Amino acid sequence: MHIRYSLKTAVNGLRTHKSRSILTVLGIVIGITAIILVMSLGQGAQDLILNQIRGQVGSSVIEIAPGRQPKGPTDFMSIFSDSLKQKDVEALMKKSNVPHLKQIMPMVFGSESAVYGNDTYQATLYGLTNVASEMYNVRPGEGRFLTEDDVKSYADVVVIGSTVKDELFGNDDALGQKIKIRGRSFKIVGVLENKGEGSLIGFDKTAIVPYTTAQRYILGIKYFNHIIIEADSDANVPKTVEDIKITLRNSHNITDPEKDDFSVNSQADAMKTVSTITDVLTLFLAAVAAISLIVGGIGIMNIMLVSVTERTREIGLRKALGATDGNILTQFLLEAVILTALGGIIGIFLGSSFSFLTSLILTKYLSIDWAFTFPVGAALLGLGVAASVGLIFGIYPARQASKKSPIEALRYE
Amino acid sequence: MTLIEVNRLYKIYDDDGVPTPAVQGVTFKIDKGEFVAIMGPSGSGKSTLLHVLGFLDRQSDGKYLFDGKAIDDYSQGELASVRNKKMGFVFQTFNLLSRATVLENVKLPLLYSEVDESLWDGMAKKAIDSVGLSHRLDHESAKLSGGEKQRVAMARALVLDPQVIFADEPTGNLDSKSGQMIMETLQHLNEKHGHTIILITHETYTAEHAQRIIHILDGKIDSDKKVDHRRQSDEFIK
Repeated sequence: MHIRYSLKTAVNGLRTHKSRSILTVLGIVIGITAIILVMSLGQGAQDLILNQIRGQVGSSVIEIAPGRQPKGPTDFMSIFSDSLKQKDVEALMKKSNVPHLKQIMPMVFGSESAVYGNDTYQATLYGLTNVASEMYNVRPGEGRFLTEDDVKSYADVVVIGSTVKDELFGNDDALGQKIKIRGRSFKIVGVLENKGEGSLIGFDKTAIVPYTTAQRYILGIKYFNHIIIEADSDANVPKTVEDIKITLRNSHNITDPEKDDFSVNSQADAMKTVSTITDVLTLFLAAVAAISLIVGGIGIMNIMLVSVTERTREIGLRKALGATDGNILTQFLLEAVILTALGGIIGIFLGSSFSFLTSLILTKYLSIDWAFTFPVGAALLGLGVAASVGLIFGIYPARQASKKSPIEALRYE
Repeated sequence: MTLIEVNRLYKIYDDDGVPTPAVQGVTFKIDKGEFVAIMGPSGSGKSTLLHVLGFLDRQSDGKYLFDGKAIDDYSQGELASVRNKKMGFVFQTFNLLSRATVLENVKLPLLYSEVDESLWDGMAKKAIDSVGLSHRLDHESAKLSGGEKQRVAMARALVLDPQVIFADEPTGNLDSKSGQMIMETLQHLNEKHGHTIILITHETYTAEHAQRIIHILDGKIDSDKKVDHRRQSDEFIK
């Protein structure tokens, strides 16, 4: 039978029962809408998070942490280690060891009370150097950031985040004032710009001092919590990661990489991890949404079975006039597929529209920089899935129709 | 030339495990171009016989040769193809697609044929013209009168110029004038175009339009005679 007429016959069949066709297709519409919405929003969320990371930390930044990568929940203690020392920093700074190193910064941190007068604020204390400002894209709104001299001279200076400033000083001027951390006085030389809740490291709640001062006078430690290295270009990051590992193994006398007492993570690794997590979450949510497609498919099967029964005489007539089993099968299968494909198209349209609306609301009213992307892949997938649902759930009723004996079908009352 | 030959043909239905014979060993031949009426009271097995002859059902036993070939030798696909190309059906209840137009209904057999699509409209219109319904082409068939519906069914049966037309009580649901018109059309098709006609009826008056009447009683042939005084009129068909 000619395909154009098969399509026409199928469409006519559906048009005969308009409201029934619309109700039947609703399940598929809802399912596809949910999938498109979830996938589109998932993509938007991923882009947002990745942009945040990119915006805050240069993609050529590499982080060295002490201890092994924890191998499971019981291995948690492995991340508390004091393996990173000053001699490691010196070894890493040698051009012959890590040729593509642009800058290096030791980092220490802890949670400390910052006291001003009678007010206390539990801040995150960071011991950093002057390069942190560039690496993490943190700029003082007032005053200045740490200097090289501050670090070398164990200066008692502090740069505070906007929340710390608000909590301790309110609307008063903080610059030049002194706050106490572990009983030691620190002069406020800078107040950071408000970064907002979206920022990856909560710089708003931090007190940043030279790492040298933090080690000696606040934390009383000789090791580092992290060493941060920036490579001279993105392309050299993988090579630099390897150079760092080799240098640290030499420095720590480690021959078996399995026994590394440090871990090296590049920004690219972090982004990959984030991408994987958001992808998995998106897929999981899409899979949940896909359940509604199964429900929708069963609805299609149910209605198609009713339709086959109702149209038994028509099937008998078509067979009497020369339709083969295959012609009848094609006709009913096409009806199911057209129904679900139509549902798919409507679902893609609705899902994209909702996603677009969401991005508008987030951007306009919540000032979140949320970019709407039309999920082409998800749309194609949705259409494919919808059509497949039609095929899978349409095949049984269509076979029932095609197997009818012409005379029994014609006699059917 | 023999078109249809049946030999000791049986059709036995299985009615909840009880074998119910409808046709019990009938034997006859029908030549090409013949107009035969199969008569009998209701329940005599005449419709069942027509269904077997029209490839709509299979016999339980016995031989049936159509155009020299045994029905058992046809595959399902070939049976469908023969029904499409060589047979036309007219039913008592018309069996039209009620939401479709006259033209669409008549085109229906063409959908399953090998005829090129560009010829469909022309062929369908010609068939509709031959039953005098050209002015009703785009009418929804549900809105036609009974007589008109049956003429659409006739046009549909004729569209592929079949060798044989099976008419199962074609006048049963019609008023006498419409019925007369249908019978005249059948006679006309038989005489002018050489179509073989096999008519099922329980009315003697209708059966007498045929050249030969086969009487069936309880699934067996009661008599098989030529019609001496054949009814013929040309009130409607000129």
